Amino acid sequence: MTEAISTTKQRKWQDYFTFCTDHKVIGIQYLVSSFFFYFIGGIFAEIMRTELATPDPDVVSPELYNQLLTLHGTIMIFLWIVPAAAGFANYLIPLMVGAEDMAFPRLNALAFWINPPAGVLLLSSFFVGAPQSGWTSYPPLSLLSGKWGEEFWILSILLIGTSSILGAINFVTTILKMRIPEMDIHSMPLFCWAMLASSALALLSTPVLAAALVLLSFDLIVGTSFFNPAGGGDPIVYQHLFWFYSHPAVYIMILPFFGIISEVLPVHSRKPIFGYRAIAYSSLAISFLGLIVWAHHMFTSGTPGWLRMFFMATTMLIAVPTGIKIFSWCATLWGGKLNLNTSLLFGIGFVSSFLIGGLSGVMIASVPFDIHVHDTYFIVAHFHYVLFGGSVLGLYAGVYHWFPKMTGRMVNETLGKIHFAMSFIGLNITFLPMHELGLMGMNRRIALYDIEFQPLNLIATIGSYILAASTIPFIINVIWSLNKGKQAERNPWRALTLEWQTSSPPAIENFSETPVLWSGPYEYGIDSEPRDSDSIRDLLAEVASEG
Amino acid sequence: MSISTSTDITTSSVSAEHAHHGHPDHRLFGVVLFLIAEGMIFLGLFSAFLIYRSMLPVWPPEGTPELETLLPGINSIILISSSFVMHQGQAAIKKNDVAGLRLWFGLTALMGAIFLAGQLYEYFHLEFGLTTNLFASSFYVLTGFHGLHVTVGLLLILCVLWRAQRPNHYSSESHFGVEAAELYWHFVDVVWVILFILVYLL
Repeated sequence: MTEAISTTKQRKWQDYFTFCTDHKVIGIQYLVSSFFFYFIGGIFAEIMRTELATPDPDVVSPELYNQLLTLHGTIMIFLWIVPAAAGFANYLIPLMVGAEDMAFPRLNALAFWINPPAGVLLLSSFFVGAPQSGWTSYPPLSLLSGKWGEEFWILSILLIGTSSILGAINFVTTILKMRIPEMDIHSMPLFCWAMLASSALALLSTPVLAAALVLLSFDLIVGTSFFNPAGGGDPIVYQHLFWFYSHPAVYIMILPFFGIISEVLPVHSRKPIFGYRAIAYSSLAISFLGLIVWAHHMFTSGTPGWLRMFFMATTMLIAVPTGIKIFSWCATLWGGKLNLNTSLLFGIGFVSSFLIGGLSGVMIASVPFDIHVHDTYFIVAHFHYVLFGGSVLGLYAGVYHWFPKMTGRMVNETLGKIHFAMSFIGLNITFLPMHELGLMGMNRRIALYDIEFQPLNLIATIGSYILAASTIPFIINVIWSLNKGKQAERNPWRALTLEWQTSSPPAIENFSETPVLWSGPYEYGIDSEPRDSDSIRDLLAEVASEG
Repeated sequence: MSISTSTDITTSSVSAEHAHHGHPDHRLFGVVLFLIAEGMIFLGLFSAFLIYRSMLPVWPPEGTPELETLLPGINSIILISSSFVMHQGQAAIKKNDVAGLRLWFGLTALMGAIFLAGQLYEYFHLEFGLTTNLFASSFYVLTGFHGLHVTVGLLLILCVLWRAQRPNHYSSESHFGVEAAELYWHFVDVVWVILFILVYLL
C-alpha cells in the first residue's frame, strides 16, 4: 500500500513528500508547490519589468524576453492559480461537507503528483530553447519558433490538464455524493458551489484544449498541416479550440476565489451572507455563459460580424451574474461588525480590484473598443486586475482565513497587514498605468518600445518591485507563525461551516464523530447569544448526559 | 494510548480503501464524469474536422484516393455487435455466473481485436499518408485516436478476464470492474458510429 500510515495524531513533515491519499496532505502539497512556482513565475515577471523600465532591450535579449513572457504566463496560470485553487478545494471540500476524505483518494494523489513533473518539464524547456510564442501558442508562430521547446510546453500542459480533469472528477463526486445526510445542496457552503461550477467547466473545456494541443503536436513533429496555412490548414481553428478552453479557464481561475470570498466576508463581518441562492446560482450561470463567449478573444481574427455580435452579447451578459455576486458581497459587508483582520482586508481588496478588472472586461467585450485596444497593454491591465487583483488577493484572503485551521497556529496580524498594504498598493501602481499605456497604443509582448511610453513603464516597474517586496513579510509571517504563532483553538473565528467543528489542525480522520449540522453555514448574528459550534457541541453533550 | 493508536491505523487504512467498505460506491459516477471529459476531446476533434470540411470547396480535396467502405463497414458491424455481446457478460455476472461473464467478455475481446486488426489492415493498404492533405491527416488522427481508445477498452476487458479467474472476485452484488469496462466500451462504440458517419459516409 502506498498510503503513508501514521501512528500519531498529526502528520509528520515527511508525509508531505509521499504519495499520501489524505486530502489534507494533498491540499497542502498543492498549495506549497504552487507557491514555489509562483516564486519562479514572479522572478520571470520581475526580469521582464526590469527590462521594460527602459525602451531598449538592454537587460535581456528579445528572444529571452519572449521565453520569459511565455513561461511567466504559463506558470502563473497552470502551475500557480489553478493548482492553488485545487489546494484549497482538496483541503476544504471534505471538511466542509463532513466527509472523511475525497471520493477517490488515490486518484486525488495521482492528480497532484502529475503536477511537479509537468512543472519540471516546462522549466527544462530552457535547455532545448524555451517556447517563445506566448501562453496562447498561436500557430503559425508556435510552429516557427523552436520545435522542442514548444513540444515540451505542449506535453507539460497536457499533463497539467489531465491532473485538472482528474481533480474535477473528485471535486464533483465529493460535493454531490459525500455530504453528511442532513446537509442538502442548499445548506452547503458557497465554496462548494463555486468548486462545483468551476469543476464542471474544467471537465467540459480542458479536453478540448487537449484536442487542440494534440493536433498542434502533429503539425509540429510529424509535419501535418492542421493549423499551418502553408499546407492548407487554418490557424483560426486552433484559436477556436484553444479559447474554448482558455476562456473558461479564466472562470476556472476565479470561481474558486469567489467561493473563498463568500466564506471570508460573512465570518469576519458577523453577518449572514446576502443572497445565498443568488451567489450559488450565479456561479452556475457564469459556468454556462463561460462556455459560449470564447470568440471575444478573436474579434480581430477575421471573425464574421454576426458572430462578433453574438459573442459580444454573451460576454456582456456575464457581467450580470458577476454583478450579482459583487452586490451581494457589498450587501454582506454593509452594516456588519467588521473584524478588519488581514483575511477580511484581502477580501475587501479582492472585491474592489476585481471590480476594476470586471468593468474593463465589459469595455473590451465591446467590439469597436476591443479592436482599438486588442493586443495592447490595456488587455494586460485588464487580466492582471482579474487574476492578481482577483484570484491572488482572494487566495491570500483564504490563506489568512484557514491558516489557523491548516497549521494549528494563528498568523501575525501586523505582518499580515503590512503584506496586504504592500500588495494592494503595489498591484495598483503596477497595473493601473497599463490601462493608459494600452490606450496610447503600446503593444504587449514586445521587449522594446517607443520612448513616449517610458514614464508610465517606469512607474509600473517600480510597482512590480513593491509587489515582489510584499512577499517578504508574508514569507516571514508564515515561517514565524508556524513556529512561534499563538496556538489556534478549534474555531478562532467563531465560524459556522463544518471545517471549524474539528480540531486545528484536523485529525487524520477529520472528525472524531460525524459532525452535527445545527444551522445553515452563514447564520451569524441572528441570535444575541454567541453561538458557535463549540458551544452547541457542549450544549448537545449536556443534553445527552442529562437524558 | 495503545487503544487510540490502533484506532488511528484502522481509520487511515479505511480511508485509503473506503470505496470498498461501508460507503456507498461512487466509482461508476466517477467513470461517467471521466467519459464526459473524454467525449469533449472527440467533440473538439470532430468540430475541427467539420470546419475543415466546410472550409474547402471540394471534400475530400481533389486527388485524394477514394476510401474503401466495405471493410470498415464490416468492421463497424463487428464493433457495434460486440457491445451487445458484452452486455450478456454483465447480465451473466448479475446472476452470479462467472463462467458466463468470461465467455461473453472473451468473445467481446476477440471482436475488439478483429476490429483493430481490420483497422491496421486498412492503414497498410491506403494510398495516402498522414501528411498527404488535410483530409488524410484528419482521417488518421481521428481513426487513430479512436483506435487508441479501442485498445484501452480491450486492455480493460482483459483485466476483467484476468481478475475473473480469482474465485469470488466478481459477484452479483460487487462487479464494478465489469460495469466500468462495459460503460467504456459502449462509449467507444458510440464514438465510432459518429466517426464512421462523418469520415466514411458524409
